[in-house]
Amino acid sequence: MALTVLGWFYTPYDPNETRVVERFQPPGWPHLLGTDHFGRDVFSRILWGARVSLAVGTAAVCVGALVGVALGLAAGYFGGFWDELLMRVGTALQALPSILLALLFATIWSPGVPVVLWGIALGNIPSFLRVTRSQVLSIKERPYVEAARALGASDLRIVLRHILPNVGSALLVQFSVSLAGAILAEASLSYLGVGLQPPHPSWGRMLREAQAFGSLAPWLVLAPGLFIAAAVVGFNLLGDNWILGRERLYKGE
Amino acid sequence: MQRYLWRKTGGFLLTALLVSLATFFILQVLPGDPALLILGTEGSPEAYALLRRELHLDQPLLQRYVQWLADFVKGKWGNSWRYSLSVRELVGQAFPLSFALALLAVGVAVLAALPVGLLMAVRPHSPLSQLLSLGTQLGLGLPQFWVGILLIQLFAVELQLLPAGGREGWGSLLLPTVTLALPRMAILSRFLRAGLLESLGEDYVRTAQAKGVPGPVVLFKHVLRNAALAPLTAAGVQFAQLLAGTIVVEQVFGLPGMGQLLLNGVFQRDLPLVQNVVMLVVLVILLFDSVFDLCLGLLDPRIRYE
Repeated sequence: MALTVLGWFYTPYDPNETRVVERFQPPGWPHLLGTDHFGRDVFSRILWGARVSLAVGTAAVCVGALVGVALGLAAGYFGGFWDELLMRVGTALQALPSILLALLFATIWSPGVPVVLWGIALGNIPSFLRVTRSQVLSIKERPYVEAARALGASDLRIVLRHILPNVGSALLVQFSVSLAGAILAEASLSYLGVGLQPPHPSWGRMLREAQAFGSLAPWLVLAPGLFIAAAVVGFNLLGDNWILGRERLYKGE
Repeated sequence: MQRYLWRKTGGFLLTALLVSLATFFILQVLPGDPALLILGTEGSPEAYALLRRELHLDQPLLQRYVQWLADFVKGKWGNSWRYSLSVRELVGQAFPLSFALALLAVGVAVLAALPVGLLMAVRPHSPLSQLLSLGTQLGLGLPQFWVGILLIQLFAVELQLLPAGGREGWGSLLLPTVTLALPRMAILSRFLRAGLLESLGEDYVRTAQAKGVPGPVVLFKHVLRNAALAPLTAAGVQFAQLLAGTIVVEQVFGLPGMGQLLLNGVFQRDLPLVQNVVMLVVLVILLFDSVFDLCLGLLDPRIRYE
């Protein structure tokens, strides 16, 4: 995360600048993580790639969460026919993973960021739908919701003011885990060549280009992979710790 | 039981129908003209009009959807726009490889997750368990294509023990299987650990122990049977993710399976190929899921009466 913020303001070198004389330099000084087959500074490209990964991942998960939560609230609160219908749609979407959806989009639009964004956003709807619905089902039976209803509050007001705030913490966990998945999906898609197009750097794309030089320049393969893994594991752990922290809170430890 | 079967079948058909709608919608309704995709910008207006008629693009949407669905069900998947083969032949060449890879990966993942999950649950605070727990966390986070590239580098380039890819007998499937199985194994062993820890605290465990049943017997006969349900359910849901992984892994190892077929279709804008392959793959996923569900229902009567 800190590296991303750094990359926003400062990269040691222009990530797309090519210096053929400085090709395949091993990690060291002044190129912290060496240079690639065009003589581009790997560290700068990784910082730049972090921006892409996080921006695309966050935006996509936000869209997915927004739609998923809205549908989940509706399914959980109204129940009956709407619940059945929305859960069916959720199951159908679940059979289409983000990567497959993005590939579908890539067939009619040209490969690029929008394809990845919409693919991941759609792919994330079902999990948010499920989490929200299960929370709403238990919350809507609580006394304060009934009290609000007795006072004549409208459905919309009950859902937004009384139910949604209490769904919050479960959603944060889901958000963190989804973000980890989104970073992984973005990297996979740019590795497949349907993500951000060259010469702009993204972690998956860098690995795709590095694959040919595995023996000659192992740092080209190692560096982006380590960064992807660190980001994904980081967000997964964040979600896990959130759950642990909440459990401790409830137990009064 | 019969009612349960009917309900499951109905659910399966409805979900499949919704997926077909989504696929059709994304490929045919969203802005983007298939005829223009084929011809490029140089085509003459006459050729464009002719092509539109040939592709039935001049017909109403609903009619096209129903027609496609009917053809799909009948197995008439049309011809690829780019290859001089029918979609059916292309799928026939690619499907067995991907299917074998997916089954192998699930098998390896389940077999490997069993001891790992058991170890992590029986001695939750030992150093080995902590290490395994960290390992499963990594297994979830490592990008599959990266693991694949590293495995190729290690076993094929440096040690020259195994082929780097292609189709040279079963040996060439070993590295892809391991790559594909790794995250699956990580998830399953975590589920198994959670299930085991929960079951270990149940009353019947204490009863069995009090009766003097030896520890391993309690573990395998009483606890594992109850704890295995959650990971098995998870394994069922994994098929969709497995497929997404297969696309990437096939690309890393240069395996000519469904993933590569689909990817070629995407880059060459081969609409009939993509549309039918996606639909087919999703059907296989759903079918697996349903069969899995039914098996779970047979194993555990509680599920049937939900």
